[in-house]
Amino acid sequence: MWEYTDKVKAYFENPKNIGEVDNPDGVGEVGSLACGDALRLTFKLDEQKRIQEARFQTFGCASAIASSSALTELIKGKTLEEAEKITNKDIAAFLGGLPKEKMHCSVLGEQALAAAIANYRGQPAPKVEEGEIVCECFGVTDKEIERVIRQNNLTTREEVTNYTKAGGGCESCHDKIEAILDRILKEEKKPVEIPALSKPVPLTNLRKMKLIEETLEREIRPALKADGGDIDLIDIEGNKVLVALRGACSSCRAAEVTLKQYVETKFQEFVSPEIVVEEVKL
Amino acid sequence: MKVVYLDNNATTRTAPEVVEAMLPYFTNLYGNPSSMHSFGGQLARPVQQAREEVAALIKADEAEIVFTSCGTESDNAAIWGTLNSYPHKNHIITTRVEHPAIGNLATYLSKKGYKVTTLPVDREGRLDPDQLASTITEETALVSIMWANNETGVLFPIEEIARLVKAKGVVFHTDAVQAVGKLPIDLSRVPIDLLSFSGHKLHAPKGIGVLYIRKGTRFTPFIIGGHQERGRRGGTENVPYIIGLGKACELAGKNMTDENNRVRSLRDKLERGILDTIPKVLINGQQKERLGNTLSISFEYVEGESILMLLSNLGICASSGSACTSGSLEPSHVLRAMGVPFTAAHGSIRFSLSIYNTEEEIDYVLEHLPPIIHRLREISPFWKEGKGRISAGGQ
Repeated sequence: MWEYTDKVKAYFENPKNIGEVDNPDGVGEVGSLACGDALRLTFKLDEQKRIQEARFQTFGCASAIASSSALTELIKGKTLEEAEKITNKDIAAFLGGLPKEKMHCSVLGEQALAAAIANYRGQPAPKVEEGEIVCECFGVTDKEIERVIRQNNLTTREEVTNYTKAGGGCESCHDKIEAILDRILKEEKKPVEIPALSKPVPLTNLRKMKLIEETLEREIRPALKADGGDIDLIDIEGNKVLVALRGACSSCRAAEVTLKQYVETKFQEFVSPEIVVEEVKL
Repeated sequence: MKVVYLDNNATTRTAPEVVEAMLPYFTNLYGNPSSMHSFGGQLARPVQQAREEVAALIKADEAEIVFTSCGTESDNAAIWGTLNSYPHKNHIITTRVEHPAIGNLATYLSKKGYKVTTLPVDREGRLDPDQLASTITEETALVSIMWANNETGVLFPIEEIARLVKAKGVVFHTDAVQAVGKLPIDLSRVPIDLLSFSGHKLHAPKGIGVLYIRKGTRFTPFIIGGHQERGRRGGTENVPYIIGLGKACELAGKNMTDENNRVRSLRDKLERGILDTIPKVLINGQQKERLGNTLSISFEYVEGESILMLLSNLGICASSGSACTSGSLEPSHVLRAMGVPFTAAHGSIRFSLSIYNTEEEIDYVLEHLPPIIHRLREISPFWKEGKGRISAGGQ
């Protein structure tokens, strides 16, 4: 028995956007009866070239049906350029996560979207022409495996099978998959990371201040400067860090998001999980 | 919620009479039957009686019954126990449709250097006995062929096969986990050397199994330990479960007629009802020689897990040979071995009944199943009154 989230169950039991759009602008078909799941996505654009209507037909398990329905909800109202950025991770996240063995259902959604957009643009379906078949049982190419590995930071052969199905049949391609993984993992191995500053227990105030300053200089300021902004440390009150944003940051509407999600995360990672960040207008 | 349990080939309800029989052996009667004091030693007698009940169900001698922990242990013990008794022979013969307890062990043995022949089955799930005969050689240590298939209920002609194998002087084992309690079995007439079965498929609890070893069969213990089970399986007797299995076997003998008449007619009603109300349906496995309680049926163009989930929401318990339900990515090895087309294999559902099912429950399923299939077909891109929109063999 799979542990599906309530959202997966809801989208399976009462899926939205079943069927097909009349006179669709784009049609994407992926999967097959032999593979055990297949998805047909159709969409129609409005006058502003936004996706006005999207519908799906799916042959597959509960998570395949839920993923398809989630995909149609995700792309509605978006331009094709915006829709193109949607990946399998967005589909899985929309559903509150999928069991790891079912991640290929979300990949199926991403593939159908790419196929439908390519169809609208008069291009051949992206998946079929590319690369060399690695997994004969499910017809998965090396390019496809590589893309999914990079996109989802996969590190094991089992994960590749869960996400792409490759290697889930006769298993004779396991060595080839391992070789692709080895190559990508070697490429992506970054130069030795700066070891996280040791966190002595208990964290004295002095030590905490020093860590906050170091983290600000090493982790945060360079990133903000890259976007034309800057940051000043104003004060530290217990676990509360008061900062002021400068330059492009100070007038940026996304500043609050930047603060919460970026600065705070960095401090929590490198100093202490209790740190909260507040912006001071000076 | 109301539960309609139609997954009895997976496991069965422990009969209330069985539970009752077991209870004293969890409380006051906790001794060890091997003890010299009478507090423990008094348990040797009820264990012996249970052994006799078990033997009676398959018309064997009580000395031929070895209690194990489960069907899988019995299967492993049968195969290893034989191979280790014939170390100069390195060939075994089995089939492509065995339970993983045999199938995965056979794969393991082939990696270890044994020669393994896995016999194919035809579209109906049948074996060709002539083909079996032609594969037996001087090197063959063992032939292991299941009696009844757990997924389709198809019965192999075990009496004929056993005679054929014994005529060539080779040891014959059968995994009879799905057969014992459902079919009358008479080992005084059929020359089977080793036979496995499991308690929880016949209304005893999980955690008890049996390996029948015919007198005179060479056997090397698989679990080595104390003197229990006449030195054939070490380990203190699981007294409460042995008592439970004895009771379950006694009940199975009494219920055999009901099993083969009423349960069979309920299964037939379910099958007929589905065929009459739902188009594009296939029955998997030959219908003539088949367990009376089992129905494996495929709904084309829909996927099994989806069907099971919607049935489960209504309290109906069944199982599927679809890929998605198992965690593997391919549909059931049994259906693939039979060459069931992909349009159907992924949409296969197994209903397996027991004496506890009622006609009302079958009516409940027949009322709710057609709308479920209809609804999933409406979502399916392949369903257009049975004509695929996407070519079925596509990428």
